[in-house]
Amino acid sequence: MKVPLSRIAHTRSGDKGDIANIGVIAWSPRYYEILLREVTPERVKSFFGEMVAGGVDRFELPNLSALNLLLHQALGGGGTVSLRTDAQGKTLGAALLGMEIDVDERELTD
Amino acid sequence: MIRIANGQGFWGDWLEAPVRLVEGGPIDYLTLDYLAEVTMSILQKQRQADPNLGYARDFPPLIGRIATQLRQKHIKVVANAGGVNPIACARAVLKAAPALKVAVVLGDDILERIPELLDKGHELRNIDTGKPLAAIRDRILSANAYIGASPLAEALGTGADVIISGRCADAALVLAPMIERFGWRPEDHDKLSAGIVAGHIIECGAQCSGGNCQADWQNIPDLANIGYPIVEAQPDGSFVVTKHPGTGGRIDSHTVKEQLLYEIGDPRQYLTPDCVADFTSLHLEDAGPDRVRGCGVRGGPRPAMLKASISYHAGWKASGTLVYTWPNALEKAQAADRVTRQRLDQLGLRFDEIHTEFFGVNACHGPAARPNHDPPEVQLRIGVRGSDKRAVDRFTREMIPLVLTGPPGGTGYGEGRPEVRQIVAYWPALIPREEIHTRVEVVA
Repeated sequence: MKVPLSRIAHTRSGDKGDIANIGVIAWSPRYYEILLREVTPERVKSFFGEMVAGGVDRFELPNLSALNLLLHQALGGGGTVSLRTDAQGKTLGAALLGMEIDVDERELTD
Repeated sequence: MIRIANGQGFWGDWLEAPVRLVEGGPIDYLTLDYLAEVTMSILQKQRQADPNLGYARDFPPLIGRIATQLRQKHIKVVANAGGVNPIACARAVLKAAPALKVAVVLGDDILERIPELLDKGHELRNIDTGKPLAAIRDRILSANAYIGASPLAEALGTGADVIISGRCADAALVLAPMIERFGWRPEDHDKLSAGIVAGHIIECGAQCSGGNCQADWQNIPDLANIGYPIVEAQPDGSFVVTKHPGTGGRIDSHTVKEQLLYEIGDPRQYLTPDCVADFTSLHLEDAGPDRVRGCGVRGGPRPAMLKASISYHAGWKASGTLVYTWPNALEKAQAADRVTRQRLDQLGLRFDEIHTEFFGVNACHGPAARPNHDPPEVQLRIGVRGSDKRAVDRFTREMIPLVLTGPPGGTGYGEGRPEVRQIVAYWPALIPREEIHTRVEVVA
């Protein structure tokens, strides 16, 4: 079934120049495998569409049941150059919570 | 065990936080992080206008306010409040708190040395774009190397009550007391990395204790009295993150994890002037109410290069807004955007970029925003930037006329026409460690 990412994770986002970073943290260690399978760089890139001009890198932190996503050229030039309201990408993590993921109902209950 | 608190995550953070940390329970060290990337250029301009300025001006009155308690409770302050003028900052602190001993750490400011460094063959290429610094050489406003915790620890070794630095790695403020008190050495990579991880967790103040936290945010108690974070550090590198009893907010593994992942790159290689920390080696566990324990951190030796932060003039910008209401709020705002762009074009104005947002529809989330058909109101926001200041200024006179000359129902112009702002851009580069010479001075 399809559920929003918010069902299994919470996020926080910020900036490094023109790169936005989104930390994605599983609500429980047993959801980490779902994050690995569903929150792929390709899916994240397509979710944000033209907003992310560059690529998306993904780093894994199994010890924290978390992922770190780097969205390149995602902030309209970044920091002080950007004309965006959210020039530092502080709300991009919240946006990602709405991304739909595919899960088996059994994965969510145990 | 030593208790290291952070009472300021950026310049402009909650003024009450450091006072409450000093009054609300035991701490040994109070760290305060004032410097963001853009802050340095603002401070450099202030120093150019007045040689006695160029530091975080909130800092001396704060120290004046808590000086008696710092002495009574033997609390040391470590702050990067010095900006581009640590000595002037120290003098202002001594004026506000004459009984305190104040030491400064110097050597991060390389603005005057840029010609020398370029002549020596250091190209100071932009880490993100690869371009050599020579491309913007005549537009540089400030230049600082990020220094590490060891000179800060050396300053603590003088017995000073207040340590003031300029640009340093944020987490170094927290690592420095551990180095000084536990005698950690440069080859203690794992311990230094543990201190950096603890520092990264608390360097943004309440962002690890329930502020800006998504995890169950509706149930985080008493944000009005949020407790700022305290690290209880052990000589073996393990630590507990906590806050004073009775304060608001929350510290648990979820609030701490959100901050751990904040504004990092590759978590296996978190580069700092003192070590390279591996965030994937950290073990976190909840250890009672508002207590999270961290241990197991591993790391590698310090890098050969230090990061330099250079700011430069990069043109002008302005953004203006108008509000349109139901019915067809979005359609009206879109029409107003088209009218404005056509008028700018007819005036022959050229910009590097014109950016339009429809606030209430998709301003922050762009294509990822959820569709909202016919919202009750939409704020149109048009921004321009370019190297021609007159063009940007002319743009600021093009928005309010829309109220009478554009689509119906425009409002929300009460703040007047938008301001033209200088763009101070940021140029990250690398500089060999041996080019940076830090020194500690006790200021009398």
